[in-house]
Amino acid sequence: MSIKGKAWNYGDDVNTDFILPGIYLELTDPKDMAKHAMEGLDKEFAKKVQLGDVVIGGRNFGLGSSREHAPIALKYSGVGAVIAEGFARIFYRNAANLGLPALECPGISKEVKTGDDIEIELSAGKIIVNGSKELSFTPVPEFMMEILSAGGLREYIKENRAKW
Amino acid sequence: MSTVAQKILASHSGRDTVNPGEIVKADIDFAFMPALTAALAFHAMYDMDIKKVFDPEKVTILLDHIAPATNIQNATLHKECREIAKAQNFKHFYDINSGVCHQIIPENGHVYPGMLMVGADSHTCTHGAFGAFSTGIGSTDMGAAIGTGKLWFKVPETVKIQADGSLGDRVMSKDVILNAAKQLGADGATYAALEFHGSTVKEMSIGARMTMCNMAIELGGKTGICEPDYKTFKFLEGRVKHDYTPVYSDPDAKYWKSINVDSDNLAPQVACPHAVDNVKDVGEVTGKAINQVFIGSCTNGRLEDLRVAAEILKGKKICSDVRVIATPASPEVYKAANTEGLITTLMDAGAVLCNPSCSVCFGGNHGILAPGEVSLATSNRNFRGRQGSTEAFVYLASPATAAASALTGVITDPREV
Repeated sequence: MSIKGKAWNYGDDVNTDFILPGIYLELTDPKDMAKHAMEGLDKEFAKKVQLGDVVIGGRNFGLGSSREHAPIALKYSGVGAVIAEGFARIFYRNAANLGLPALECPGISKEVKTGDDIEIELSAGKIIVNGSKELSFTPVPEFMMEILSAGGLREYIKENRAKW
Repeated sequence: MSTVAQKILASHSGRDTVNPGEIVKADIDFAFMPALTAALAFHAMYDMDIKKVFDPEKVTILLDHIAPATNIQNATLHKECREIAKAQNFKHFYDINSGVCHQIIPENGHVYPGMLMVGADSHTCTHGAFGAFSTGIGSTDMGAAIGTGKLWFKVPETVKIQADGSLGDRVMSKDVILNAAKQLGADGATYAALEFHGSTVKEMSIGARMTMCNMAIELGGKTGICEPDYKTFKFLEGRVKHDYTPVYSDPDAKYWKSINVDSDNLAPQVACPHAVDNVKDVGEVTGKAINQVFIGSCTNGRLEDLRVAAEILKGKKICSDVRVIATPASPEVYKAANTEGLITTLMDAGAVLCNPSCSVCFGGNHGILAPGEVSLATSNRNFRGRQGSTEAFVYLASPATAAASALTGVITDPREV
């Protein structure tokens, strides 16, 4: 599984109110949420993001609310993965449950700038920046990898109901 | 050698003991959802080809974040939640007249020591104040939990917060947890359970313990836990109708890290914009002009919070440059405050009283801030844009500091009014 796109680096402490402000929590259609992705921090993001793009963060990405609206908005805006130096717990689970890889990579927010080309080889654990610089991310726990490979928790439970 | 969190996860996954880092599948005792996340959870459950919740007595929805509905979009969401509750034959359903979920859940006897509870709201960690393992999850996880009665958990490390000594006059449990946020940082307890120990915690009321556990998530925590005692059992008496087994940490339990809070010398604390761990002693921010004060939320909307505010505001008038919005956390709290005369006191001082709900806290209901405005709130988050404009500023503090500041129009040490 390979993900390819441009980087959007938002640095440390990207909270769920930045990713999807509370005023939009009443939305239930993922396509509507996607129109407001990252609006608390960058009103241009939802208009400009392309399929496969990668959101980059520093420490504690996704802190705050349990709102799954946040990773849903990112996923349906076209984001292929989020890479950060660290994640808040609920966001990390929510992203994986949606089949959106959330990858931990120490130093990533310093190594990558907005607009860089990013290619992620999920099974090899590699991130390639601008076609040359190679970084590695912290291995995804096996159980979470199974969920990601299934395409998310919905699909995983459908396939594995007997052993759940 | 186990902590409360480890013991509860072990007992709910058919194990004698579990170790931090292990992944376990555990049985869920109760699951609840606010409206804003409930519809998504049910969509997820239906997508898993599951039609009915695992037990209609152990799942509920609460319409608290926006209540009553403010527009057609959220009115439609409320309507869908009511239809789900009927179709699923829920034993319990809490409509817009009920209050904040984290107040309703204990008041109605859904929390008890030793249980494993999940809620589709990040402040579900509040209920650890009763010795439960209670954690916030997203909607897909909730879909799995309500559909199957099980969920996977990574067994957390535990961080010990040791608070000893006596809190001074008008210094509150909010100040203890803000001080812990200052010491540990907003990611200092990521993935971990917090356990609150010490003589200060023993002295605290149940409501005060709830305030601290409520904010465990603001330090990255998975849950916040106070060991149950006679106060816990007294609160639960008549509310919980079945037996339960309290769980305590072993004397040789292993903690990932520990911090101390010196309660004897703790000053009122203020979390400054735009981060919950940007905490200062009140003296460092005294004099900062404010436009709005919010007294309420799952953090500080309880009877004792309104009592402190009313004591400070009694017979006085709120500064004319400030508006105060006070929102009791539940009808039980509202009625008790009314009986004690607190509602009249607050209104006579010039406060607006709102119906029990999440109110101003999350910026989607009412009390929205304009660009450039400054708010002092007793709620739990001060992220940029949290309560309205991204150009507004939110400070967090205790109800005592909030009420004192409402009188003067600037951030004020509550011990000096």
